[in-house]
Amino acid sequence: MTTTKSDALLPAQGIEAPRSGRIDPKYLRSGSSKSGSFEMAAWVFMRVSGAALVVLIFVHLTVNLLVGEGIHQIDFGFVAGKWANPVWQFWDLTMLWLAMLHGGNGMRTIINDYAEKDSTRMWLKSILYLSVIVIIVLGTMVIFTFEPCLLDGSGQLLESSPSFCQNV
Amino acid sequence: MSTPTKEAAEPASKIDMKESGGGGEVPSFDVTLQVRRYDPEFSDEARWDEWTVTMYGTDRVLDALHKVKWEIDGSLTFRRSCAHGVCGSDAMRINGRNRLACKVLLKDLDLSKPVLVEPIKGLPVEKDLIVDMEPFFQSYREIMPFMVNNSPAPTGERIQSPEERERFDDTTKCILCAACTSSCPVFWTDGQYFGPAAIVNAHRFIFDSRDDAGDMRLEVLNDKEGVWRCRTTFNCTDACPRGIEVTKAIQEVKRAVLSRSM
Ligand code: HEM
Ligand code: SF4
Ligand code: FES
Repeated sequence: MTTTKSDALLPAQGIEAPRSGRIDPKYLRSGSSKSGSFEMAAWVFMRVSGAALVVLIFVHLTVNLLVGEGIHQIDFGFVAGKWANPVWQFWDLTMLWLAMLHGGNGMRTIINDYAEKDSTRMWLKSILYLSVIVIIVLGTMVIFTFEPCLLDGSGQLLESSPSFCQNV
Repeated sequence: MSTPTKEAAEPASKIDMKESGGGGEVPSFDVTLQVRRYDPEFSDEARWDEWTVTMYGTDRVLDALHKVKWEIDGSLTFRRSCAHGVCGSDAMRINGRNRLACKVLLKDLDLSKPVLVEPIKGLPVEKDLIVDMEPFFQSYREIMPFMVNNSPAPTGERIQSPEERERFDDTTKCILCAACTSSCPVFWTDGQYFGPAAIVNAHRFIFDSRDDAGDMRLEVLNDKEGVWRCRTTFNCTDACPRGIEVTKAIQEVKRAVLSRSM
């Protein structure tokens, strides 16, 4: 008789556990083991993106709320001025993507941990993924297509335009 | 043959005891127990029962349960074997925390309120405080909790240095009581997570220098329901009656899985 390696390692395989069959299957591990490589990647991503977010968020808060006139400087013109600079465009883009993917994955974890029914889980995750996609796409479009100096029909600057538009 | 010189007769006790005996009277007090009861032969609904018993300062929750079972209500059902923290039969939720009833002294609890005793969570309750441990042992079996060594058996023992032995010492102490796994909120939801105890027992072999199947165990635990579901809540470390640093062991297995796949 030949035994394969895994037969030798798992002698109990194929023999039913003494009391199996009369336990509500909801308590038993369904056994269809799926590779956890995605879960591992997600776990690493949470830590790496978390570390990056510390820098991104605190510089963001400092520049917006503390430096210069602080909180009083924030208006349409301030945001427009920042986005005229490719460094801040890139900064905000990274922050948007990382925060959304990090927060989205965090919410996915919470749903996995707390939703008890597969159908509830499916619905909550669908809503989550949809809103993450909508926010990432909208945010990315705004950062790249933002045009602070809008003209009216006759080619004149709109009155609400920030002052630096006069020089453009 | 000369008889040895007669020695002074030994005292009955080698400890010098005062006439009254002992260190004074053990204080006694009243304890109210509130126990979660469930008996599917009579009702599908669980209920609470309450008893007040007089106990002593040296008594544990297990002694109070015994007193109820032996003197008041013989139908109260719970597991215990050793009664001394060795066998792991009597893990239960005491005042909301997973403990062995045989290791919790009543005098350490707040006795101005009833002591709440419930079965451990996340496993099917069979009767009163007894749960079916089969799902717990299912994931235990999956991590191959036995030594695998592919090299030919030596004539003597397989030698290991004290440092190599120390590496997995903490996780050898597990008594499979399920206090950790049934304290984990991730396990409560759907019971699919392997759970801390399975990971602790995998750790015991993964980090054993004599074992050759560490890679297979890491593969088993790199599952969708494996180590990555751990949220580091430390409930398991808090629950473990053997003082095993369960969360740390899980973290070490996570690292091992990670460095293996890189
Ligand atoms: C400030 C820097 C941040 C750091 C260092 C950080 C770090 C982390 C880490 C390491 C985790 C994983 C926890 C685990 O696996 O158990 C996590 C989870 C999470 N993060 Fe962040 N994060 C940061 C910012 C954010 C932001 C801006 C959001 C929201 C957009 C967010 C939302 C979440 C959520 C929802 C979770 C899941 C909660 C959980 O698993 O318990 N985090 N965070
Ligand atoms: S690790 Fe501790 S709490 Fe968990 S089963 Fe083993 S002895 Fe019990
Ligand atoms: S009865 Fe054995 S551990 Fe408590």
